[in-house]
Amino acid sequence: MSEKKHLFFALPYYLWLALFVIAPLVLIFYQSFLNLHGQFTVQNYLDFAQSSVYLKMTFNSVWYAFLITGLTLIIAYPVAYIIAQFKSRDFWLALVILPTWINLLLKTYAFIGILGEKGSINTFLRFIGLGSHQLLFTDASFILVAAYIELPFMILPIYNAIVAIKPSLINASLDLGASRFQTFRRVIWPLTKNGVAAGIQAVFIPSLSLFMITRLIGGNRVITLGTAIEEHFLTTQNWGMGSTIGVVLVVAMLIVMLLTDDSKKGGRAK
Amino acid sequence: MAILKFEGVKKQFGDNVILKDINFEIEEGKFYTILGPSGSGKTTILRLIAGFDYPNGGSIYFAGKQINQLPANQRQVNTVFQDYALFPNLNVFENIAFGLRLKRMKKKEIQLRVQEALALVHLAGYAHRELDELSGGQKQRVAIARAIVNRPKVLLLDEALSALDHKLRKEMQSELRQLQRQLGITFIFVTHDQEEALAMSDQIMIINEGLIEQSGSPVDIYDEPLNHFVADFIGESNIIPATMVRDFAVAINGKEFICVDAGITPGEQVEVVLRPEDLDITTVEKGKLTATVDSQLFRGVDYQIMVHDTDGHEWKINSIHKTTVGKQIGITFDPEDIHVMRKNETQAEFDARLESYQGVEA
Ligand SMILES: Nc1ncnc2c1ncn2[C@@H]1O[C@H](COP(=O)(O)OP(=O)(O)OP(=O)(O)O)[C@@H](O)[C@H]1O
Ligand SMILES: [Mg+2]
Repeated sequence: MSEKKHLFFALPYYLWLALFVIAPLVLIFYQSFLNLHGQFTVQNYLDFAQSSVYLKMTFNSVWYAFLITGLTLIIAYPVAYIIAQFKSRDFWLALVILPTWINLLLKTYAFIGILGEKGSINTFLRFIGLGSHQLLFTDASFILVAAYIELPFMILPIYNAIVAIKPSLINASLDLGASRFQTFRRVIWPLTKNGVAAGIQAVFIPSLSLFMITRLIGGNRVITLGTAIEEHFLTTQNWGMGSTIGVVLVVAMLIVMLLTDDSKKGGRAK
Repeated sequence: MAILKFEGVKKQFGDNVILKDINFEIEEGKFYTILGPSGSGKTTILRLIAGFDYPNGGSIYFAGKQINQLPANQRQVNTVFQDYALFPNLNVFENIAFGLRLKRMKKKEIQLRVQEALALVHLAGYAHRELDELSGGQKQRVAIARAIVNRPKVLLLDEALSALDHKLRKEMQSELRQLQRQLGITFIFVTHDQEEALAMSDQIMIINEGLIEQSGSPVDIYDEPLNHFVADFIGESNIIPATMVRDFAVAINGKEFICVDAGITPGEQVEVVLRPEDLDITTVEKGKLTATVDSQLFRGVDYQIMVHDTDGHEWKINSIHKTTVGKQIGITFDPEDIHVMRKNETQAEFDARLESYQGVEA
């Protein structure tokens, strides 16, 4: 009896998968083999591989995604660790999650207000006599804003991994003679590695295809594959090339997932 | 010399006083049990010894040195945790080697010591198992091996056997006892199971609401409980109000009985303890007390018989002979089966009183 029921309840889910995950992927894959005149070709891939512009963009995308991920990780781990120690940790966690409820565009504009020529930072700098500086449209501001937006997605999985560690494990480590640092290195870090991997996936993959922030905060100085896709679909209308870049991104994401997924190996010491 | 000593130790969390005034001495090479009801502060005592918490008052001495604030990783004490607390990212070998690796011991030596520890807990050949390939009892043994491999002076065990089923538990009790004798390490074992405490320990400390009610050998505590709480907590007992008549005589229900206690003011209101297994059922004529049988429960080895006497006191009798519910019976017992308890007598007062008249008796 349960077989049929099972299928019945799972149907919406499969339908959803088919319509909104499988179909778009198939379409992108199919489109990537069409040229501007709708003819079947592999020219898009050849163009991509031979053009230094695209290769540079690919490199840029990976490099900036790497920097953004690195920065969020450096900030997120200690934050997650400290929040996990608090008595009122649910409250602090809520504060971390809250910004994700605010529209991305809104947050981005808020940063323009903060970093802009007439923004609060420059006003302050002028006030203390340091004069105004170009903060917006720099690599640094781009990375900073991107990291800010991605931060909760790094903190959450790490936090979850940390609170899942039984306090008695920490005590056991101290009991066996480990210092606080040794306890971190030998117990806490290995047990939170999966959380870190999940966080890296959650941040690195979207960071590869950022486009709005590159434009609004990075001032189009940073051109990534995300920007290129947007250009091809909305400006040059070269859907084939746009899809090709999309496929490249999908492949890049798969590689990241494979690299960060060590759940099967279990991460165990020999 | 005592390896471990508590002197007026206090511990509170906020306004909540957990340990009021704990005093004891632990000698090297013995098996101690801390026994008490849930929430009485047993784990808290172990945490203070291990260094996971620090006392709010009093002193803890280890081998003569005060260690009140000494960090846990610098104490020569190891703990077997109630939930095992094995490191899930490491296999059996690495769990046991954890402490040795921190000491930067040579690989060969580590290998040797881990194998030795595994053999001691009867797990030779399990070194390369992952934790999820072990049963609860085996995990328990790994936890013990992980602690003893460091050769601590004192081993702390917090309800170490409570997660095991009855049979395995019995097995582990005698194995632990054997292991302790073999290693000569001091064991401090925490439990709320009085049967377990009686079976395993050299010394038992009974703790209640942050105070030690009584400490002594299992036999002492069973035969001469200091007060109502201990008598009730350890074993089954009948605790009946009585009046001291004179030395070696006590009145129950207005009837005088010969007993072995003395040094108590005549006329003092006391309580007497009679163990159910010391009571015998006989005919009304031969009985010292007359009672009516209320219920009878077969328990495999014996019957537990509940009766009430002519004064309305309930008695519990364990007997291998059957009786009949509703029947009038007689209860008999010997003078040495009666143990008299004074109200609010401390252990020191009790010991002093015992000494004062046992000299006379002998
Ligand atoms: N960190 C803490 N903060 C506040 N109260 C605590 C803390 N640790 C323990 N307590 C309280 O101290 C009391 C004694 O706790 P403890 O763990 O020592 O009891 P126990 O005798 O080991 O009981 P059990 O047999 O249930 O394990 C309990 O009432 C507990 O709520
Ligand atoms: Mg406890």
